[in-house]
Amino acid sequence: MANVSIRVNGEGRALTVDTRTTLLDALREHLQLTGSKKGCDHGQCGACTVMVGGRRIYSCLTLAVMHEGEEVTTIEGLGQPGNLHPMQAAFVKHDGYQCGYCTPGQICASVAALDEIKAGIPSHVTADLTTAPQVTFEEIRERMSGNICRCGAYSNIVDAITEVAGRQA
Amino acid sequence: MKPFTYERARSPAEAATAAARQPGARFIAGGTNLLDLMKLQIETPAHLIDVNGLGLDRIEATDEGGLRIGALVRNTDLASDERVRRDYGVLSRALLAGASGQLRNKATTAGNLLQRTRCPYFYDTAQPCNKRQPGSGCAAIGGITRQLAVIGSSEACIATHPSDMAVAMRALDAVVETVKADGSTRRIPIAEFHRLPGDTPHMETTLEAGEFITAVTLPPPAGGRHFYRKVRDRASYAFALVSVAAVVQRDGTGRVALGGVAHKPWRVEAAEAELPRGARQAMSAILTGARPTHDNAFKVKLAERTLAAVLAEARG
Amino acid sequence: MKFETPATTNPIDQLKVVGQPVDRIDGPRKTTGTAPYAYERHDAVPNQAYGYVLGAGIAKGRVTAMDTAAAKAAPGVLAVVTTLDMPRLEKGQMNTASLFGGREIQHYHQAIAVIVAESFEQARDAAAMIRVSYARAPGRFDLAAEAPKAQLATGDSGEGSGAPHEDRTGDFEGAFAQAPVTLDATYTTPDESHAMMEPHATIAAWDGEKLTVWTSNQMIAWGKRDLAKTLGIPAENVRMDSPFIGGGFGGKLFLRADAVLAALGARAARRPVKLALTRPLVANNTTHRPATIQRIRIGAERDGRITAIAHESLSGDLEGGGPETAVAQTKLLYAGANRLTAMRLAVLDLPEGNAMRAPGEAPGLMALEVAMDEMAEKLGIDPIEFRVLNDTQVDPEHPERPFSQRQLVACLRQGAERFGWSRRNATPGQRREGRWLVGMGVAAGFRNNLVMKSGARVRLDAGGGVTVETDMTDIGTGSYTIIAQTAAEMMGVPLDKVTVRLGDSDFPVSAGSGGQWGGNSSTAGVYAACVKLREAAAQALGINSSEATFADGQVRAGNRSVPLGRAAGAEGLVAEDTIEYGGLARRYQQSTFAGHFVEVAVDAATGETRVRRMLAVCAAGRILNPKSARSQVIGAMTMGVGAALMEELAVDKRHGFFVNHDLASYEVPIHADIPHQEVIFLDEVDPISSPMKAKGVGELGICGVGAAVANAIYNATGVRVRTYPITLDKLLDALPEVA
Repeated sequence: MANVSIRVNGEGRALTVDTRTTLLDALREHLQLTGSKKGCDHGQCGACTVMVGGRRIYSCLTLAVMHEGEEVTTIEGLGQPGNLHPMQAAFVKHDGYQCGYCTPGQICASVAALDEIKAGIPSHVTADLTTAPQVTFEEIRERMSGNICRCGAYSNIVDAITEVAGRQA
Repeated sequence: MKPFTYERARSPAEAATAAARQPGARFIAGGTNLLDLMKLQIETPAHLIDVNGLGLDRIEATDEGGLRIGALVRNTDLASDERVRRDYGVLSRALLAGASGQLRNKATTAGNLLQRTRCPYFYDTAQPCNKRQPGSGCAAIGGITRQLAVIGSSEACIATHPSDMAVAMRALDAVVETVKADGSTRRIPIAEFHRLPGDTPHMETTLEAGEFITAVTLPPPAGGRHFYRKVRDRASYAFALVSVAAVVQRDGTGRVALGGVAHKPWRVEAAEAELPRGARQAMSAILTGARPTHDNAFKVKLAERTLAAVLAEARG
Repeated sequence: MKFETPATTNPIDQLKVVGQPVDRIDGPRKTTGTAPYAYERHDAVPNQAYGYVLGAGIAKGRVTAMDTAAAKAAPGVLAVVTTLDMPRLEKGQMNTASLFGGREIQHYHQAIAVIVAESFEQARDAAAMIRVSYARAPGRFDLAAEAPKAQLATGDSGEGSGAPHEDRTGDFEGAFAQAPVTLDATYTTPDESHAMMEPHATIAAWDGEKLTVWTSNQMIAWGKRDLAKTLGIPAENVRMDSPFIGGGFGGKLFLRADAVLAALGARAARRPVKLALTRPLVANNTTHRPATIQRIRIGAERDGRITAIAHESLSGDLEGGGPETAVAQTKLLYAGANRLTAMRLAVLDLPEGNAMRAPGEAPGLMALEVAMDEMAEKLGIDPIEFRVLNDTQVDPEHPERPFSQRQLVACLRQGAERFGWSRRNATPGQRREGRWLVGMGVAAGFRNNLVMKSGARVRLDAGGGVTVETDMTDIGTGSYTIIAQTAAEMMGVPLDKVTVRLGDSDFPVSAGSGGQWGGNSSTAGVYAACVKLREAAAQALGINSSEATFADGQVRAGNRSVPLGRAAGAEGLVAEDTIEYGGLARRYQQSTFAGHFVEVAVDAATGETRVRRMLAVCAAGRILNPKSARSQVIGAMTMGVGAALMEELAVDKRHGFFVNHDLASYEVPIHADIPHQEVIFLDEVDPISSPMKAKGVGELGICGVGAAVANAIYNATGVRVRTYPITLDKLLDALPEVA
């Protein structure tokens, strides 16, 4: 067992965890923040996506003890029913989900993906590496490809993200 | 996952010393492959040395005019670096073709080099695998082999190396810098870093026990046009069936390394003389001695056609 | 309520709420991560321990010994239950393979132990300490090799499609022999995995003899019954609760090992136990869509009229299993006087084959609709015109049975117009855009509409709020929302006055989620209960119920207008009813139809196929919520792209298992694979189907998509691939030289 303090959604949380406990299980089982989902536990689906220090990662492939003092943002930190984050509201409006299990991961990933475009981080589909990437359908689809939606809501998810990106621009 | 003890190292030398002190210790940085394998008990370290705090996360110009990439530089940051985008496009492209945004944010340069195979029989602990359990046999041979190696394989193992980044680095003649527990350092050309499986497929690199990667250096820019063409069944978030890293000069000469075909990034420098004559001649020289299976024989043709497409684009 | 005659005008026809594209009422919970799935019910019961399931490492044989000493002594371990601790458990009615117990191994990753510990990490580690010895037995793992031994088999997918083992109309062989234009082709489809995002998961808690499971199951009544049967306890002692389900697609229709082992683990540990199947276990431990080998023969006159059509399908399953009913649609889709369908079943020792989204039609149309494309080309007729020419408005085997509605021709015609079909070059391999070869494909979509008995309870409170309770499930289909819309329409209240509670076996038994019957049937059950509640409310207010109208939260009759809530009184007013169906389904053929259009680009050098455009035009009765119905269709289209291009459980024919048993190696479509998708619903109301006049749509969306992709690839490249998935290696040899 090990002690670790993590800031989760702006709040300091002191935890005593097994060294083997992933950040995902620390969130879901210890803090009972079950919005981050376990779809595969092997970094193959994206349902566990959270932001650490503002960057999106798979929380299933990192240990809780490795995040001492770091700032973790989960879906619960983005917005709540009645106080939805613009991305959450856009997902509802565009029906960008079905069963809902991949949805928190999709939303966390999409918020971070738009930040990555703003920060000038290129992607596989960026035509010219020497210029800043733009918000296009193709860029969004590529950048969201680490989040599987087996229900197949992709087309609607991209509509939701595009709307939010347009509002931000 | 077996229980393990955990420490945070404060310097590369301390990390190497700690590894030497503790049998069964492993370094952990991004952890995106190691933890995946630990959950399946394919990796069972008794001690983890967290090296994330070592500050090896900078990309610096070298005196020779190249770049020195810290071992802990994240894949996203390496791919986004302006110098890499401008002068080593093949590397940026390879990184961006790999994994997903989330994984690239976590995965490190050194960890990417040390990725283990994605052979499905390696991943299934109920199956024999010489890489996972030396001497147990290879269930992949005679099994499902569509993704597996077509060249450089052995009777003991037909696994492939899954990295995209390493393929580009092979084309760029990168050098891996390390430190050992005794404080000595060495520089390993990437051509000598990964091994072919032979009779010891569990030995994947030429690193010694406890030896710690501190950086990867790139020689001065090679110029030319840079390509990384990754061919896969789905459009993203998948490992390569075949990938071609190429740096092509105006005169049609250049360098080519392949991913998805062998236990290591595959490059045959001698074959590159054939490049100006076209993809067929070049690939036939690069893949001389290929021994594909029935299921992956297509990779030979695919590699040739992919290279042909790259060369056509380079001309165009 | 018995539904025996075609529906007439009823309150649903107002379409004030029903038929409107309202946002899902569960949206805010799903998008904020506050909708609780099975493994997440921390609130359900205190003191939950963690279970971990161990699967067999062989496909067939016996477990000779299990050494559990180390596991039992491991830190935190509370209980270890192995398959050797008990005889084989009785099977549920819907199960083919045993879920637990006894020495015999019937398939790879069949559950052989559950380990219960204080923490997940401890349980997982202890599971790896169990040493298992096996005696392997030879197994049958190769469908093609077993073909000669396959027997004719009648089949009912249990999900809507079925066919006798062999069915003949007229003289197929004679007519086929005489037909001037014929096609005889064989197509194969692979085993596929549901790969829903939430793995099967359950929390189980015992209270004396009573068992509660919080789980993830599409069919609550089946699950409850089969869990009781498997554990050998009375059904009334079991409660099953499944309000949110992280995808199913047929993979959670039935009781699975997670619920059984959570219950056994909880009994042994004397603690509530939560567990989920690990992702690498899902493909082989649970069910899958079985592979098929299908032979199709079509004979036609030179004018394109089909005179003979035969569809024969071979599939495999464990002993006691059934065939994939891939021939079902061929009995109904096209005209033709001489017909033959047949299904053969081989015994295989692979994991259990069973229903996956549109069982039967999904793989069946992947063959039939490519055959139609091939035949159209042979005839020199446009593939749409060929289908139109062979349309039928009656069941071709029983011409006295009309279709209740059949707008296939309109689907194809409107789709062609919308998609720009006229721009398609009928000669393949002609359209080149840079590195891409571009082509268009079309296929008909067809899926039967099943109606299922379905019950609901509705409660009116003094504030005018309406609560619906039914054991219906929402697996992403939108059940919460369309049920709320139904109750709101019936009771004349706004949507936000309706509360919907689903998935609890204490609620009235519903149709459940399967076979695309859930939407129409479950809302019809709510309709029935609301009819009763309206009567009770009118009576309570002293209003003649035949004169009462329910609108704007008021009950009105003549000049009188009373707030609805007043009918409830302090106690509330409750009504319960079940919709049951009479003989309309025998007199009319009820089916749903679509035209699927796809444009692909194939990389001329590498053979990589990328889908550029997709359109589905659907005729599926009244659309209860165009927004969520559209989502059902685009999701099914996406799964259809997966089936066409990448999905295949790779069978190791030596060792008998699906090798690619995780989400990295079993590839399903990701964002980059799917373009913007367009869906059009034709205006249709079907009074034969139910008082809702709706039909199913969730499976129609996948039916035909794979063939449309295949046909588009042919149009782009001139390469006809009859072996799915159409991966690049199957195109490579026939692609043009790279310039």
